[in-house]
Amino acid sequence: MQIARDILLSSYRSMRTIREFEERLHVEFATGEIPGFVHLYCGEEASGVGVCSHLTEKDTIASTHRGHGHCIAKGVGVDGMMAEIYGRQTGVCRGKGGSMHIADLSLGMLGANGIVGGGPPLICGAALSHKILKDGAVAIAFYGDGASNEGSTLESLNLATVWNIPAVFVVEDNGYGEATGSSYACAGNQKDRAAGFGMPYFECDGNDFFAVYQAAGEAISHARNGNGPAMLHVHLARWYGHFEGDAMTYRADNEVAKLRAEHDCLVNFRKRVTEAGLLDASALNDLDTAVKSEIDAAVAAAKAAPLPDEADLLKDVYVSY
Amino acid sequence: MSKKSFRQAINEALRQEMRRDPRVILMGEDVAGGRGGTSGVKDAWGGVLGVTKGLLTEFGEDRVLDTPISEASYIGAAAGAAATGLRPVAELMFVDFVGCCLDQIMNQAAKFRYMFGGKARTPLVIRAMYGAGFNAAAQHSQALYPLFTHIPGLKVVVPSSPYEAKGLLIEAIRDDDPVIFLENKVMYDDEEDVPDDPYTIPFGEANLTREGDDVTIVAFGRMVKFANEAADRLAKDGISCTVIDPRTTSPLDTGTILDCVTDTGRLVIVDESSPRCNLATDVAALVAEEAFDALKAPIRRVCPPHTPVPFATVLENLYVPSVEKIEAAVRAVASYRVKEEA
Repeated sequence: MQIARDILLSSYRSMRTIREFEERLHVEFATGEIPGFVHLYCGEEASGVGVCSHLTEKDTIASTHRGHGHCIAKGVGVDGMMAEIYGRQTGVCRGKGGSMHIADLSLGMLGANGIVGGGPPLICGAALSHKILKDGAVAIAFYGDGASNEGSTLESLNLATVWNIPAVFVVEDNGYGEATGSSYACAGNQKDRAAGFGMPYFECDGNDFFAVYQAAGEAISHARNGNGPAMLHVHLARWYGHFEGDAMTYRADNEVAKLRAEHDCLVNFRKRVTEAGLLDASALNDLDTAVKSEIDAAVAAAKAAPLPDEADLLKDVYVSY
Repeated sequence: MSKKSFRQAINEALRQEMRRDPRVILMGEDVAGGRGGTSGVKDAWGGVLGVTKGLLTEFGEDRVLDTPISEASYIGAAAGAAATGLRPVAELMFVDFVGCCLDQIMNQAAKFRYMFGGKARTPLVIRAMYGAGFNAAAQHSQALYPLFTHIPGLKVVVPSSPYEAKGLLIEAIRDDDPVIFLENKVMYDDEEDVPDDPYTIPFGEANLTREGDDVTIVAFGRMVKFANEAADRLAKDGISCTVIDPRTTSPLDTGTILDCVTDTGRLVIVDESSPRCNLATDVAALVAEEAFDALKAPIRRVCPPHTPVPFATVLENLYVPSVEKIEAAVRAVASYRVKEEA
């Protein structure tokens, strides 16, 4: 598989941006300055980026409450995201959505979602829009192994096949729905579920950008070419708890340390591209430095940004009322 | 202008809007019907009670989409399609089925605009049948408009006649917010003069179906007809009533209600929905807060009892507010006199 140099660079930059964004949030959340719940995507970067590298702004995605990575991968700016997470008026949702509801429809980002299984039905609708409007775009539902057991998700697999719409269902299987293992909570397996609804199934190692990119490309091409929906099952792991503050008492002591040491998608990516002579380490180091400053600036700007004012409370409930 | 039934008025509104705007699509269970059947008949049903009959023939399968019996997915799909460029009209068949897809309405469509900082538009209409009177029993007869009225971000329409239904449905389809449009299933064969051309009736503007001096009656949906019948009888005894059809429960035309109550000083509210936290309690609270000084008698509510909708005709007839109950409530408030202080 050949991947163009600019795609490799932009993908690495996206993954590094997600990592920096999330690691920084982990630190900042602990200070108590960030309100509400935060669910971090660290460790899963190659999935969101490997899928979204095949997309343009015309394509639609719907995310989960672990949505920061999908937002960044789809092109939502970190300044607006950080300000949103800090509850500021300059946030991408004017401080009214927060971490779980970051969205930017102008970029085809139909929102993180606070409801498990909320996204797949919406993506059936977005895929229907793409089909009827004949814009050549696809719609991607990211959801976890937990959401794979929601009725809304299973109904969506059926509806997408019945309507033959360009939808791709990306199961990000990190092994846990909150504090319960998927080995307990998921009956059967995702492959058989895809087969049960008559759609092709693709599977990949979510720690390997190249594996995700390859499998996502096949799933997305299937949908984009008018052949109906497909499922992509990504095996990955999260490095933090379900939410920040989760002591992860359900995980073995060395589980996360081992993941960080042996299954870091960014380390894997660097090793592969430098050994193959596709990119040199200095170019990647430069990106790392640039991303770090970008996140520093986003945090500083968010902290200094104005809070919403009282009038914002009543705004934007309706277009007109 | 010609006589049209409630059913025909709704069908005509859908047809005219689909002709006007190619982004308007229909979806729902058996909105056409017949696909995958052995007869080969297309448009076999046109909706379970025939409301969407003939639309498949004119607009084709790309715009009249039958769905599996799968409310969470297709109501959610309607919300997703609305947020990405289409103007879907989704039929939920019986509003009672909202139990299967409330998340998609309450947590998704209703909240997109606010959660996303004003950047979303969700021009979605969900049509559903409501109401008792068909012996359809507890899971096919509820009047759930208070449930939707409670949710910020939704607009809720309860048309009271064929004329009202056509104008309000066209308005709903052209509206850029999610609209719940509830059709009383007992009214589908009601007829009246309805203009042939498209027209709109704005939301949040109540209609006074009659004006009087003694008592204000606020009634919703089918209850507007009952209230007018009661008012006809009462007029013979010299009690004159104003009857207000709010048309939409969200937005609610609070100004007209308060003005009329200020004039008459007496208020009866007729609401077919379950009596706790319904529109009658909402309007009563409004008037108690804003027009207390104008009241000459306690507010009376005419509602069903706090029970599921029963099956047997004798029980169902007892359940639904009747013309007689409305009449009795109006007589009670009209004859009420404040006791002189000793």
